Amino acid sequence: MGIFGGNGTKASRGFREAKGNLRISGVTKEFGDFTAVDDLSLEVPRGSFFALLGPSGCGKTTTLRMVAGLEQPTGGRILIGETDLTGSRPYERPVNTVFQSYALFPHLTIRDNVAFGPKRRGEADALKLADDALELVQMTHLAARKPSQLSGGQQQRVAVARALVNRPEVLLLDEPLGALDLKLRRQMQVELKRIQTEVGLTFIHVTHDQEEAMTMADTVAVMNHGRIEQMGHPEVLYDLPKTSFVANFLGQSNLGDGVVTGSDGDDLVVEVAGTTVRIPKSRSVVRDGAITFGVRPEKVRIRDARPEGAGNDVRATVVDVSFTGVATQFLVTVASGTTWAVYEQNLDVERNHLRPGDEVWLEWDSGHAFGVPVNDAEAAAATNADPAAARSTQDAATGDEPDARPDALTVPS
Amino acid sequence: MTVASAHVAGGGTTHADPAPGGGPRKRSWTAYLLLLPGGLWLLLFFVVPLVQLFTVSLQSGFPGYPGYYYRDVNVGNYATALTEFAGHFGRSLLYAGLATVFAFILAYPLAYAMAFKAGKWRGVMMICVIAPFFTSFILRTIAWRQILADDGPVASTLNFLHLLPGGHITETWMAVVAGLTYNFLPFMVLPIYASLERADARVIEAGGDLYANGFTTFRTVTLPMSMPGVIAGTLLTFIPAAGDYVNADLLGSDRSTKMVGNVIESQFFKVLGGFPVAAALSFTLMALILAMVFLYIRRFGTEELL
Repeated sequence: MGIFGGNGTKASRGFREAKGNLRISGVTKEFGDFTAVDDLSLEVPRGSFFALLGPSGCGKTTTLRMVAGLEQPTGGRILIGETDLTGSRPYERPVNTVFQSYALFPHLTIRDNVAFGPKRRGEADALKLADDALELVQMTHLAARKPSQLSGGQQQRVAVARALVNRPEVLLLDEPLGALDLKLRRQMQVELKRIQTEVGLTFIHVTHDQEEAMTMADTVAVMNHGRIEQMGHPEVLYDLPKTSFVANFLGQSNLGDGVVTGSDGDDLVVEVAGTTVRIPKSRSVVRDGAITFGVRPEKVRIRDARPEGAGNDVRATVVDVSFTGVATQFLVTVASGTTWAVYEQNLDVERNHLRPGDEVWLEWDSGHAFGVPVNDAEAAAATNADPAAARSTQDAATGDEPDARPDALTVPS
Repeated sequence: MTVASAHVAGGGTTHADPAPGGGPRKRSWTAYLLLLPGGLWLLLFFVVPLVQLFTVSLQSGFPGYPGYYYRDVNVGNYATALTEFAGHFGRSLLYAGLATVFAFILAYPLAYAMAFKAGKWRGVMMICVIAPFFTSFILRTIAWRQILADDGPVASTLNFLHLLPGGHITETWMAVVAGLTYNFLPFMVLPIYASLERADARVIEAGGDLYANGFTTFRTVTLPMSMPGVIAGTLLTFIPAAGDYVNADLLGSDRSTKMVGNVIESQFFKVLGGFPVAAALSFTLMALILAMVFLYIRRFGTEELL
């Protein structure tokens, strides 16, 4: 508006036009002694849905705020295409944010909230653009209301519309679904994905909910301590974690520390707490020495008697059985005294006959096993950071025994 | 009415299911009982004296017996108040208005700094704002007489620079307005600070994120969001300032800077037979302020205030 605007262009007061991939190059952010983001580099292809996943305090929100311009990096550069945005102000960037608390302007109506961005950029038809954006999120009927008259889910849609109306090159979503209840969250996940496909903009979604990240994003980057632990397609990340942190933060894993004792064809032979297991060489980051063996709970099957065959099995005692509808979750104690989780789909009409205290055998296909470097502390941190996993850890814990955790399957030396 | 519903829900389920019988909700007397002490207090010490004052404002004096009155409907008291003391009313509203504007200009940046920039100094600044309340209002106003005195630092500096036409600050409107501004400044700072402090920092960031630069964000987001505090602050400054007489008494002159408060004071305590006119003056001032406040809130207020 004012003397600069009115001609329907985006060019006002130092606005930087930029198109292309978002590139974060060697970015570090320090707050006093604390390093929130540590030499982070990544490239997000234009038009993709990218998720930054990690526990609170891992630096994901700080990264987002640096892309928005709300924080300036201590070192490194942030670019969109070939345009260097480092050091520019938030209002100069073709980037908009959907804030965690929505941050709607309380004194403005919904329509004026959405029209705020276009008005500032001097768009002549700001209100028309706002109405279109409200239609996209199906909020047209509430355009005349004030934010305080809307429910959380409705405010969330308005916040999305307020950011989208500007057609930013990159849209940043800072845990936008965190305050919604489970059902609404699932619904909004689908809707956000639809909107992203429809408008074709780059979305960067920050979340600590691994399921949310996996269902929505094309690419997930798992962050911890200001660094990216692993990045890739959700399926690849889940199937083959490269660190024990990822193994436990993205879903749950049964882990056990052991030693590589040899090699047999395409497999590594590993001894974990007196049991010999196999890991395909292609699925292990470690080739010799200390290793953490891992297998996902749903890849493990429970048998009443010792299975015949390859020997990827271990004796265990049932600790807890919980029926969850689709599946039954077993918590079992393996030979070394630590607890594993096993999920079995409820395919049969026959009711499960296992009770706590029963002796069973666990079996898995060695092709599903993976090997990661030993790092107990990180694995524990991931387990505790993920609410779902933390809950089952609590269930499994018997008294205050510190090693009664799925991640603490350590070799007694 | 959470009090009421909590009372009804004695035993049984705590879920907010609609009443199974669909009958009307039972009314609880708890809320009214809680209102009772305050209500009685207001009735005894506000409503009754107000009615009493109103009847006094319509009384007439016994001819030949100054100081004795009889019940009457003497509207002449109001005529006297409005004609003879019109200048005092105008001066009161003008001085209070000026003091409110100056207090706002001083208070907003201070409150803004306290809310957003002070960091660890916030507590110290808060104490500095509140600390004057620990000494007497009269004493502090007398101290201002020293500060603004002809041979004091302010007046002598201004005189040296030939910036003070009359040569004095005390005994002029400047001293009265300065005193009013000073005395009511905390009432302006605190509500503005409270509304800024409560404002979500993310909302202000959102202004920047949506292409508004620093000044535009302040104009379109921060200032509107702090309006409830600004309105409360201006009312808390203007209303008592308009009725104040201590500042005019201690800092002003006997002739040219008298406010309505001073007239009421002298009519009540110094003029024999002045009671009805003093009461009429009080009522007129109250009506004027109420009308101005109503118009002000209608123009600038949020829906929460009306």
